[in-house]
Amino acid sequence: MRALILLFSVLAQSLAWSAALAAESPPDVLVRNVTNEVLTIVRQDRDLQAGSQKRAVELVEAKVLPHFDFAAMTALALGRDWRKATPAQQKQLTVEFRTLLVRTYSNALTAYKNQSVEFKPFRMHPGDTDVVVRSQVVQPGAKPVTIDYSLEKKAEGWKVYDVTVGGVSLVTNYRSNFAQEVRSGGIDGLIRTLQAKNRSLETAMLAGAIAK
Amino acid sequence: MMTSTSRKFLAAAAIGSAWLVSGCASTGGDPRDPIEGFNRAMFGFNEGLDKALIKPAAQAYDTVAPLPVRTGVSNAFSNVGDLWISLNNLFQGKPGQAASDLGRVLINSTVGILGLFDVATEMGLEKHDEDFGQTLGRWGVGDGAYVVLPFFGPRTVRDTFGLGADLYVDPVLNVDHVPSRNTLSAVRVVSDRASFLPADKVVREAALDKYDYVRDAYLQRRRSLIHDGNPPRERLGAAPAQDAGAEWSARVDPAHAGASLLLLGDSEPGQARTVEAGGASGSSSGSSGARVAAAPIR
Repeated sequence: MRALILLFSVLAQSLAWSAALAAESPPDVLVRNVTNEVLTIVRQDRDLQAGSQKRAVELVEAKVLPHFDFAAMTALALGRDWRKATPAQQKQLTVEFRTLLVRTYSNALTAYKNQSVEFKPFRMHPGDTDVVVRSQVVQPGAKPVTIDYSLEKKAEGWKVYDVTVGGVSLVTNYRSNFAQEVRSGGIDGLIRTLQAKNRSLETAMLAGAIAK
Repeated sequence: MMTSTSRKFLAAAAIGSAWLVSGCASTGGDPRDPIEGFNRAMFGFNEGLDKALIKPAAQAYDTVAPLPVRTGVSNAFSNVGDLWISLNNLFQGKPGQAASDLGRVLINSTVGILGLFDVATEMGLEKHDEDFGQTLGRWGVGDGAYVVLPFFGPRTVRDTFGLGADLYVDPVLNVDHVPSRNTLSAVRVVSDRASFLPADKVVREAALDKYDYVRDAYLQRRRSLIHDGNPPRERLGAAPAQDAGAEWSARVDPAHAGASLLLLGDSEPGQARTVEAGGASGSSSGSSGARVAAAPIR
């Protein structure tokens, strides 16, 4: 019981700490801290190194997601169709797109082996509310892969609204596909497609976990 | 004699197929992809070929060959390509990078034992990613239509011409001894494919439609490469409710396209000034107010 209380107080403290961090840190420090924190865990976690997707999703949910603005990401992926959606539809879209993105991001983590992450020099002007923090993943025997984080300043701190890997935005890369879905089946059609995709990934993940 | 003929044939075939294809009927809705029907068929063909032959070979290679061997092989092919990368940097008006690439070739070919070890990277001479398609892009040539070539995969019309030049000067394809040339080419395909194996799962799980996903990723990546990783930003300070889609669907006015391409060609990455495309949303990008103008060739 005492251990449990201790655990909760540590948890509460770390939550308060990360919230404070998010509110106060400049965007480059925020991204660097979160990246380092996640990579430290990945290096130590046996399950992750064995390719456990479930563990990767948990890690991303706990450490990375609080700093992401998924409504902004979904709006960016939908472009002009976003305004056609009702608030309820927007909410549903955001939930489904979030699930899909988390899995993509987690997948990238389980592929992590001997890479190290370097951050490029960061400059911002005092009044900036929209910035890009640039980093690159360096791995032996391969070209470095750039990862750029676009952040926007919100009331509750800096939030990531786009991640660009090797010049490819994980968000806007869906734009023409989403537009296609909306053209053929409306907003609800897109929601259904996303739900079906997420369900099939969920099934595949469970099957994979059982096979292990 | 034989070498030169087959080399020319490959280069000509790549360009020729793009021309042939350009004449086909159009399908689909994306203005960047007027021959989607043909492209989807070719995409299917390439996927089938990959599944049946290339991917299994790459997986076997990945299992059998130890990491130092795979790294050595990939380094050696990378080294062979650095001279052409150096020239392309020169063509693009980047003598500093060109010199650095030349330095890489000299160091890796000697200290790096025929390119097996990438000593230059450890010395701080970073590997660059250049090809003739990018050079054409820097010179102001627009993308043109998206094309999926058999065997080679996604390109644009411009990049197909670039590929023709890349193949023509390719050191491996210029090897005179035919069996050696064929073996080297095959090993290079397998080695390249093996390095993409981890990406397979990510794309498979992320994509709602793999064809769309690969096309959009290719076009974004090329745009980023042409600007050496600093393409003009598309969304600038836009709140979620703002119309983030406007600039995407906006067409470049043909009357201004030429001017915008000239501007793109002349200026440094990040400073590329372009004509404000009609219908673009009002968000500005600070000093230059730049917005990308990817003008398709019609």
